[in-house]
Amino acid sequence: MTASSAAVQPVIVGAGPAGVRAAQALVAHGLRPVVIDEASRAGGQIYRRPPASLAQRSAQALYGFEAGRADAVHAAFDALRERIDYRPDSLVWNAQGGRLDVLHGPTRSTSSLPYGQLIVATGATDRVLPVPGWTLPGVYTLGGAQVALKFQGCAIGERVAFMGTGPLLYLVAYQYAKAGAKVAAVLDTARLADQLAAAPAMLRQPAVFAKGVYYVAWLRAHGVALHGGVRPLRVLGDAQESRVAGVAWHDGREERTLACDAVGFGHALRSETQLADLLGCRFEFAPLHRAHLPVRDAAGRSSVRGVYLAGDGAGIMGADAAEWAGERAALALLADNGVAVDAARAAELERKLQKLGGFREGLERAFPVPQDWAAHANDELVVCRCENITAGTLRQAVAENGADEMNRLKALSRVGMGRCQGRMCGAAAAEILAHATGLPLQQVGRLRGQAPIKPIPIHLAAAPSAEGAGE
Amino acid sequence: MSGRKTLRTDVAIVGGGIVGASAALALRQMGIGVVLLERDLCGSRSSGVNYGGVRRQGRPIDQLPLAQRAHRIWGRLRETIGTDGEYLRSGHFKIARSEADMASLERYRAQSRDFDLGLELISDARLRERCPWLGTRAVGGSLCAEDGQANPRLVSPAFALAAQRAGAQVFERHKVEEVAHDGQAFMLRSGNALEVHAPALLNCAGAWAGSIAAEFGEEVPLQSGHPAMAVTEPLPFFMDWSLGVEGGGIYCRQVARGNLVLGGGGKGIALDADRARSDRDAIASLSAQAVELLPALRHAHFIRTWSGTEGYLPDRQPVLGPSRTTPGLFHGFGFSGAGFQIGPAAGEVLAELVRDGRSSTPIESFSIERFTPTPP
Ligand SMILES: Cc1cc2nc3c(=O)[nH]c(=O)nc-3n(C[C@H](O)[C@H](O)[C@H](O)COP(=O)(O)OP(=O)(O)OC[C@H]3O[C@@H](n4cnc5c(N)ncnc54)[C@H](O)[C@@H]3O)c2cc1C
Ligand SMILES: Cc1cc2nc3c(=O)[nH]c(=O)nc-3n(C[C@H](O)[C@H](O)[C@H](O)COP(=O)(O)OP(=O)(O)OC[C@H]3O[C@@H](n4cnc5c(N)ncnc54)[C@H](O)[C@@H]3O)c2cc1C
Repeated sequence: MTASSAAVQPVIVGAGPAGVRAAQALVAHGLRPVVIDEASRAGGQIYRRPPASLAQRSAQALYGFEAGRADAVHAAFDALRERIDYRPDSLVWNAQGGRLDVLHGPTRSTSSLPYGQLIVATGATDRVLPVPGWTLPGVYTLGGAQVALKFQGCAIGERVAFMGTGPLLYLVAYQYAKAGAKVAAVLDTARLADQLAAAPAMLRQPAVFAKGVYYVAWLRAHGVALHGGVRPLRVLGDAQESRVAGVAWHDGREERTLACDAVGFGHALRSETQLADLLGCRFEFAPLHRAHLPVRDAAGRSSVRGVYLAGDGAGIMGADAAEWAGERAALALLADNGVAVDAARAAELERKLQKLGGFREGLERAFPVPQDWAAHANDELVVCRCENITAGTLRQAVAENGADEMNRLKALSRVGMGRCQGRMCGAAAAEILAHATGLPLQQVGRLRGQAPIKPIPIHLAAAPSAEGAGE
Repeated sequence: MSGRKTLRTDVAIVGGGIVGASAALALRQMGIGVVLLERDLCGSRSSGVNYGGVRRQGRPIDQLPLAQRAHRIWGRLRETIGTDGEYLRSGHFKIARSEADMASLERYRAQSRDFDLGLELISDARLRERCPWLGTRAVGGSLCAEDGQANPRLVSPAFALAAQRAGAQVFERHKVEEVAHDGQAFMLRSGNALEVHAPALLNCAGAWAGSIAAEFGEEVPLQSGHPAMAVTEPLPFFMDWSLGVEGGGIYCRQVARGNLVLGGGGKGIALDADRARSDRDAIASLSAQAVELLPALRHAHFIRTWSGTEGYLPDRQPVLGPSRTTPGLFHGFGFSGAGFQIGPAAGEVLAELVRDGRSSTPIESFSIERFTPTPP
């Protein structure tokens, strides 16, 4: 450890593109950051690396068009390995009083790590708007379906339908088809008209736009049925309701069905904000993301001194933006500690991020969250699967007990009280609440975060050892 | 804003916790006019986030008349507030970890003999037979079969809804920012929105009641505390009693869905004047004691922790009764970590005080006079 790093040893949570680039910038300025990640290998969601024990597939096979970027991020990280304090398999489950509580998986121990400065780069998970039948075995989120492919090298089924909306929809379908799986159909809730209207904004990132167009064209050319403007009706089960047997949707004129043995579904992504919440960051509603997000300035400074936010965890902006934001946040951290940084580079990163904002707006227009989802969710629909809470139960809490805010809805109905603490059901529950009360989504608020961020074994919680024991 | 709304009523109440809400309900049942102002949502503070223990056992003897009165209200909860709020007379078992603890439980049984709590001491072979899931640290304990547990998230807001159905005017998200008394009546003001005039005022503002008392020249050493709470993932159901530990420590209960709710084991931390959460050391202590008491928890996970903001007085007794400075003012606050069970009775007592000037339940021990500075 060098003298300067002893003075400031910042902590980065998340080793996705944002965390990796943040670490790289800190190291370049002579610091030795701690990098904590729940996963066993760096790369984050998009550049997730399979376990070393699995037969190596090429980056090209794993990441397609993204192979070059994936290689670059992995290489950048590998080059840092000796110059950072890297802690994989380590879940940050609590933050309090300048210390993070970390659960180290393999040694099943927990430790408490002090920090002065912290870069939160915790990424995202799928945004789920459930359909009847979504709890059947064989239904996965789009991200989950992709993780199965990238991480385990297997498909979720032999005949897979993809349903929902968002850029991942076509990408994952494409990846499945490329990997040799049979893609039964792609069912997009967005209409072709949405995509056409969004094209000008999307052209701000011509390369990314071109990729999207390519996936669609490729799927079409390979005979995959693509349906736009659908309203998903349900996932059909087999005779024993033990497995997916098909999907049903409405195409605007009539009800249609299709046989398949697995479904990947989702409506884009949602930010993983629990840690920022526990750190006391101020949140605001971000209309573009249809979510309450921790506020930050253009450089990534949160409302809490010493806490910086980068990547999808602070707002879904995609992998390239995550890299830029990670680096930008690191420069802000350095500057705030009196380290001289390249101001031109900082400005360039901000400009790039700013420019991407327009593209993101285009994406939202191209793949809007179906505004009528809540209106069509019937009372029997299970919204929260941990606690088995239906849309009807949520509406009852509104009608009979006057719930008009997310935490009150949780208190009265148990939605979000299970293992996931609302990470999976929160977005859908908010849509239902807003619809049932007639209030704008922004006004129904958000679920307050509580430790632990993910469930922790009691016997481990019993013994927080001194810093460093996790290693 | 188009002018402030002015209301005149018989009784104004500050605070929509279980105490203020049940007072509102009791007053309406007496036909008395009520306006209740709650800064946030009714039952969103202590009353809605507590552990849910509904126990008389272990309370100071002078609280038992109030606790007995509350016990009767809990017994007809559904008729009273329209929901059972998951209230169960599951039994409350106070664990002894030593012979000295056992002797102390025995003494409590003798002292509380007049109150019909039905306490039953259990130890040795009978203990192991009745609760094989108890760890070896427990040598015995005292069972109050009629004590139990309820879901505070459901019960406390339901009291406020019931009061509203009975005709109380309940204003949520209306913080009382100004109170005054002109010698005749009280005036309460909530921003530019609402002004309430009433000859009687109930101070039921929980941990925040001290400043209202001080407005009327009554300083009380009220402090905020934050008991740490945690809940496990659902486990196969094995325990119907709610557990406590003689001499303090943790308490826990298992709900019908299988989750174990645990509390105690140290303090939470205040985030600001209004919000708190469990402290990491408190979680650690809670966990260690839980595993010792219930070895079955060894492989369980905590899925959530939380805390709340509760008002404590140094002798751990509430302030319940008339103001000594201002006619028409009545206090009901400072329940010191144990007001959920007695809250509904405290509400009835406050209503009686308004109507009759006296309560049929003895409350002398809770007088605010005990904090009167002794004259020089
Ligand atoms: C399942 C999934 C698949 C995706 N696939 C694609 C794709 O194919 N193409 C594309 O363009 N975009 C994809 N995205 C979006 C893309 O992942 C992001 O834009 C990009 O990865 C964002 O980078 P990041 O560094 O912000 O976060 P991530 O890459 O998500 O990295 C966050 C890291 O933080 C770690 N972490 C989070 N919380 C904690 C905690 N409490 N303690 C310890 N570690 C923690 C996670 O383990 C993760 O490694 C996908 C997203 C998801 C969720
Ligand atoms: C974590 C925890 C666990 C507990 N466990 C138990 C238990 O197991 N058993 C038990 O019997 N007791 C328990 N208690 C204690 C019990 O919850 C409280 O004693 C009881 O709820 C107090 O009720 P209250 O109505 O006085 O206060 P509160 O519920 O706090 O209500 C006071 C209300 O006043 C409002 N208010 C304050 N100032 C203003 C203002 N200026 N204007 C308008 N409104 C205002 C607040 O917003 C609040 O809603 C526990 C408490 C906590 C915090």
